[in-house]
Amino acid sequence: MFDLISTISVWAIPALIFIILVYGLAKGVPVYETFVDGAKDGFNMAISLIPHLVGMMVAVSIFRSSGALDYFLAAISPLLAILHVPSEVVPLALIRPISGAGALAITTDIIEQFGPDSFLGRMASTMQGSTDTTLYVITVYFGAVGVRKIGYALKVGLLADLVGFIAAIFIVTLVFG
Amino acid sequence: MVNYIWFGMIIIGIVVAALEGNMQAVNDAAFEGAKTAVTLCFGFISILAFWLGMMKIAQDSGLMGKFTKLLSPLAQWLFPSVPKDHPAMGYILANMSANFFGLGNAATPMGLKAMEELQKLNPHKEKASSAMITLLALNTSSLTIIPTTIIAIRMNYGSANPVEIVGTTLFATLCSSVAAVLIDRWYRKKTLGQ
Repeated sequence: MFDLISTISVWAIPALIFIILVYGLAKGVPVYETFVDGAKDGFNMAISLIPHLVGMMVAVSIFRSSGALDYFLAAISPLLAILHVPSEVVPLALIRPISGAGALAITTDIIEQFGPDSFLGRMASTMQGSTDTTLYVITVYFGAVGVRKIGYALKVGLLADLVGFIAAIFIVTLVFG
Repeated sequence: MVNYIWFGMIIIGIVVAALEGNMQAVNDAAFEGAKTAVTLCFGFISILAFWLGMMKIAQDSGLMGKFTKLLSPLAQWLFPSVPKDHPAMGYILANMSANFFGLGNAATPMGLKAMEELQKLNPHKEKASSAMITLLALNTSSLTIIPTTIIAIRMNYGSANPVEIVGTTLFATLCSSVAAVLIDRWYRKKTLGQ
């Protein structure tokens, strides 16, 4: 199973490049010139992200290393414990939408401490893999086009994350519990 | 809302550090965070340039148009405000496919390009359009069949079966994606009703 998946992962991108180039040439597209023309936009797009990401990552970084995040987690964990959420994965659920690096650190920590094939290890893996960092995605996607008023985007993202975590806890308990 | 979250994280962080006598950590964290962000953006240059170049070929050759047509019913349902043949549709679908197949570094460039195209359709440039928020919701819930990063970590820690979480992850990500689409629709209707 893993061999198959890793083979697909390795082949997917080269296959995509192959198809794009062969189809392009067959349709008479000057492939190299077109590539360069499209690639030009990449630089400006990346540079336009800098102010947005700097702002957000500085804030997340200060919040985390000052110890404020730990207090925040300590305050919320008892509430979630009532709902039979294992206390070890509570910090992960709370950090996942805010900081991708922070969530990855907690997941790695849980896996290291309890083992990848333990119940908690599997639950952390499922939670980590099932959603993306909402705050980061919002910063990057809206930052790229200069949108400042994000409307209800954050609410949708966070509520969807919540549903994802409940689903992860439910399914892991059902399958591996 | 983002204004308050941003303000809150920094101010609460400084206050807590003051109470804990941990101010040096704030100094380090501020500039470490800034540095990480810039490093990340520079890393983006390579993947953005590469994929935007490739996708331009796919667009000019008509390959993307074909692909869009194939998935057009789904795209139309998700993005009713985007015209069927608009280039935004192509990039949106490319972004969704790249996420789905776990091609993370291709998904971001296509998503950003889709945003750029959606911005052209957006009547209020400062404000997120409903189509933009839908695209965002799909990306934060990141529907994927192969969660590559976590499989790699499980392998590193000697898991007997690193991919056994693929099924549970797929279930969870499917739930959050369906929820994202439904919650987005609900808010969209509510906003239109006002």
